[in-house]
Amino acid sequence: MTTVDAFSTDPADAVPHTPAAAAGDRLNGTPPRTPGAELPEHPDFLWEDPEPKKSYDVVVIGGGGHGLATAHYLAKNHGITNVAVLEKGWLAGGNTARNTTLIRSNYLWDESAAIYEHSLKLWEGLEDDLGYPILFSQRGVLNLAHTLQDVRDSVRRVEANVLNGVDAEWLEPDEVRKVCPIVNTSTDIRYPVLGATYQPRAGIAKHDYVAWGFARRVNEAGIDIIQDCEVTGFVRDGNRVTGVRTTRGDIACGKVALAAAGSTSVLTDMLGLRVPIQSHPLQALVSELLEPVHPTIVMSNAVHVYVSQAHKGELVMGAGVDAYNGYGQRGAFHIIERQMAAAVELFPVFARAHLLRTWGGIVDTTPDASPIVGRTPYDNVFLNCGWGTGGFKATPGVGWVFADTIANDDPHPYAAPFSLDRFVTGRLVDEHGAAAVAH
Amino acid sequence: MQMIRCPWCGPREEVEFHYGGQAHVPYPAEPAALSDEEWAHYVFFRDNTRGVFAERWAHSAGCRRWFNALRDTVSYRFLAVYRPGEARPALDQVGASS
Repeated sequence: MTTVDAFSTDPADAVPHTPAAAAGDRLNGTPPRTPGAELPEHPDFLWEDPEPKKSYDVVVIGGGGHGLATAHYLAKNHGITNVAVLEKGWLAGGNTARNTTLIRSNYLWDESAAIYEHSLKLWEGLEDDLGYPILFSQRGVLNLAHTLQDVRDSVRRVEANVLNGVDAEWLEPDEVRKVCPIVNTSTDIRYPVLGATYQPRAGIAKHDYVAWGFARRVNEAGIDIIQDCEVTGFVRDGNRVTGVRTTRGDIACGKVALAAAGSTSVLTDMLGLRVPIQSHPLQALVSELLEPVHPTIVMSNAVHVYVSQAHKGELVMGAGVDAYNGYGQRGAFHIIERQMAAAVELFPVFARAHLLRTWGGIVDTTPDASPIVGRTPYDNVFLNCGWGTGGFKATPGVGWVFADTIANDDPHPYAAPFSLDRFVTGRLVDEHGAAAVAH
Repeated sequence: MQMIRCPWCGPREEVEFHYGGQAHVPYPAEPAALSDEEWAHYVFFRDNTRGVFAERWAHSAGCRRWFNALRDTVSYRFLAVYRPGEARPALDQVGASS
């Protein structure tokens, strides 16, 4: 069989897909071919597709990265395997499939640095832990500073990071140019680059592989991943939830763990539990495939864009959230337009690149731009939400601490500062603007 | 880009507007009487409805006035707009998009 370059535009390379070719060449007597018959066998499935059992010790709601990682560490760290992960759509088809895969831990506050750095350390060993390639590439992140205030905030954040054991340095514009030659560091642009923070250990990973790697391990541990299973209600008994009503029947449960990101409020409304979350559309986009031109990750709060280049070659860019509340998994095009304008100003070399596709996810934002992880007023319901625009990087870290919280009925030390009651005590972890977060 | 109907100016492009979140959240009648928890709920907690949501918008690049809207948070379609002080329209009276 001849191999054919799928991207070739040479007509001579074209695969004959005409009806005549599929029917065989009647003149020389070759038999008709079944369309698709030359395709290879389907690879082994990485996880099964079981019917839900009547009852589980723990029901995790949400089959994205966070739900799968939670199930993984419930099994690995705590030996809890009578677990179901319920997913209303298909596995990892929500924000896990839609994010821009940036992984970093250069947050300002101690509480954030602790949980994100814990996560980054787990990323560094995740491929071995999962026994599955995740294409984790530590190519570093530059957070650009464009104003004097940006510079002061950035230098302060670098110092805070260093004190917390997070790798961080401050780069002057000429050093920025050395790390990423294609950034426009000239002084005649609207928001000149006055320097940047740099975290060399930051990186990107292949989001689908991460989800599949976790799902494979979770499945091996005997945990049921149940897709196409939407939660429609809860069975309550006083301060406990004894069962979950789903589109695939009622499931009794010892504990319930919510990991539903943008759809969290839909679930908490069913529980009569108020959470300070607003769901917003967040959009991202990719360019066509390009030769490697972008060696690192660049983020800029002031002009609201973040850019990396995927392994395959697409430029991957994300914007800020659309302003209104939304559950539609899409956003307005003027947001994309602004984002492209910012990207082209910072990277003139991108001006001729074509936009390949855009999409949106639903992010669960909180008033202080920090997550909510921990217990709820229900004895056996646990909450993980509010990761907003930055949940992917936390995937293994939050899986670890959320599993610990569920197993011990007590918040893990890294989760404790992110309790729901911080909005009553006033002890917020205010990462708005502080953490190089582009909300 | 969506056209949003300002109740004073008529249909204008979405970029002329700013979002103001949930509508009909009154300032507490007796602020001093509120517990910490009640204050927290007034300051930080808002409905996050999936479906028809009553919310505030400002026509910030136009007449600069606030108004309320009923909008579907899944389709993003505006079902009704109404001025401050007017009651939220009943759902069976709307349906036509602006």
